[in-house]
Parts: sequence; C-alpha cells; structure tokens
Amino acid sequence: MSQVVHVHRDAEGAKTGMWLFLFTEVLLFGALFLVYAVYRYTYLDDFHRAAMELNTLFGTINTLILLTSSLTMAMSITALQKQNKRLSQWLLAITILFAIAFMVNKYFEWGAKIDHGIYPGSQHLLEMPNGEILFFGLYYFMTGLHGLHIIIGIVAIAITMAMIHRDKITYDYVTILENVGLYWHIVDIIWIFLFPLFYLIK
Amino acid sequence: MEKEHRHEPVSYGTYTGIWLALVVLTIITVSVSGLNLGMFTMLVALAIAATKASLVANIFMHLKFDKIHFKIMFGVSIMTLLFMFIVFFDIAYR
Repeated sequence: MSQVVHVHRDAEGAKTGMWLFLFTEVLLFGALFLVYAVYRYTYLDDFHRAAMELNTLFGTINTLILLTSSLTMAMSITALQKQNKRLSQWLLAITILFAIAFMVNKYFEWGAKIDHGIYPGSQHLLEMPNGEILFFGLYYFMTGLHGLHIIIGIVAIAITMAMIHRDKITYDYVTILENVGLYWHIVDIIWIFLFPLFYLIK
Repeated sequence: MEKEHRHEPVSYGTYTGIWLALVVLTIITVSVSGLNLGMFTMLVALAIAATKASLVANIFMHLKFDKIHFKIMFGVSIMTLLFMFIVFFDIAYR
C-alpha cells in the first residue's frame, strides 16, 4: 500500500439520520391515518359499504409478499456481514422481485376498480354518498403513496446491489445496506397498518 | 482505523422465526375479520397490527440489538403520533 486513504465513517451518525427521516415518514402516514379515523367515525355506514368493494385476497397476498421481502432484506445484511457477498446480492435481487410482484398485484387490483368505474373523479364515484367518495379517495391516495415508496425502494435496493458489486459496501461497513433495509421495513410497517384498515375491517 | 461498535449479525434462524410469527399473525387477523366482534373488531385488528409492527421494528430493524438511543428516537416518533391522535377525541366528543 503506497497511499493511506482516510475514509470518514460514522455508522451511528448515518443511522441516526436515517431514523430522523423515518420519523418524518411516520408523521406523514400518521396524519393520513388520523384523517381516515375522523372520516370513518363521521361516515361509519358509508365506510362499511365502501370497504365491501375491496378484495381481501389481493390485500392478503400483498401482505405476505411484503413480509417475505422484509425477511430477504434482513437476511441480506446478515449474509454480507458473514462475508457472503453473492448470497447478499441474491437476497436483494429476490427482495426486488417481491417488490415488483407487489406492484403487479396492485396494478390488477386498481385495474379491477377502475374497470368498475371507481377512480378519483369518475362519474360513478361522484354519484356515491359522501363517505364512500372519501373512503375511495383515501384508499387511492394512501395505497398510492405507499406504492410510490415501494418504487423508490426498488431503485434504492438496486443501487445498493450495484454498490455491493463494486465493493463500495463491504462486510466491515454495512451501514448503507442497513439504512436501505430500515427504509424497506418502515414501508412494510406502514402496509401492516394499511392492510387491516382498508381490506379487513368492514 | 477505528472499529465499528456493532452487534453480531442476527442469525438466519431468528429472522425466519420472526417471519413465521408474522405470517401466522396475518392468517389470524384475516380469519378473525370474518367474525362479527362489534366494536372490538377495530381493536383486535389494530392490536395484531401493532404486534406485527413491533416484531418488525425490534428484530428486522435491529432496535432490540442496537444502542438505546435508536429505540428512544422511534419511541418519540410514536409518542408524537399518539399526541396527534388526541385531535380525534375533539371530533368524537364534540
């Protein structure tokens, strides 16, 4: 070694920053859950009727997909820490595949709703009672915002894979991978609450 | 170079066990949703969701193994959220 390169590393600082960001995510979705609670209380019967329209099977399958993707994401960190670079990359690739499967599922679910004329601003929706309009408005906005987070997650995981490939993330400093993992798990946690509120409680 | 102070890698077995618990809880919450529990329906669904979330946060997100200040940060987020929900009672008891 002819040259010693000093690399500034602060695992705890980086992780603290990530948790601060997750705080803002919790507040973002938390405020939407509050809006949901207030309107559900105000329009109990309309919410009940509207929730009947949603397909529990789609929601359940997507829940299982997302939980499993969280497992492969968590495992990829362990794999890299154990210096098993290839396994770590494979697990990340599987995580991305699950994420894409989630979005494909969402495409068919939204597609079926749109075919039935239920989408923001549609004539059919506007003829429904106020509470049902609000329910579907919140449904499209909250699952849509969550879906956007999934897409951002796919990009972040792909970048992480490339960084592992180029040894920019290595077994002795996995913080970037860990932070992407934290993001992925918070997206999972948000879905854990979205699922019962929209698909299960009638 | 300074060493990172960090916990041992969490075992694949631990992760798989937590995943199994999450799947079982999902099956329970879906089956229970078919029953008519009246006002408890929402309570049961939210309790199961909170249990699942705490498993993900503690194990998958390493809160259980990391330094305490990460736990405090997450705790503060949740407390802030709960304070926001006090607004709901203004609507409910207006």
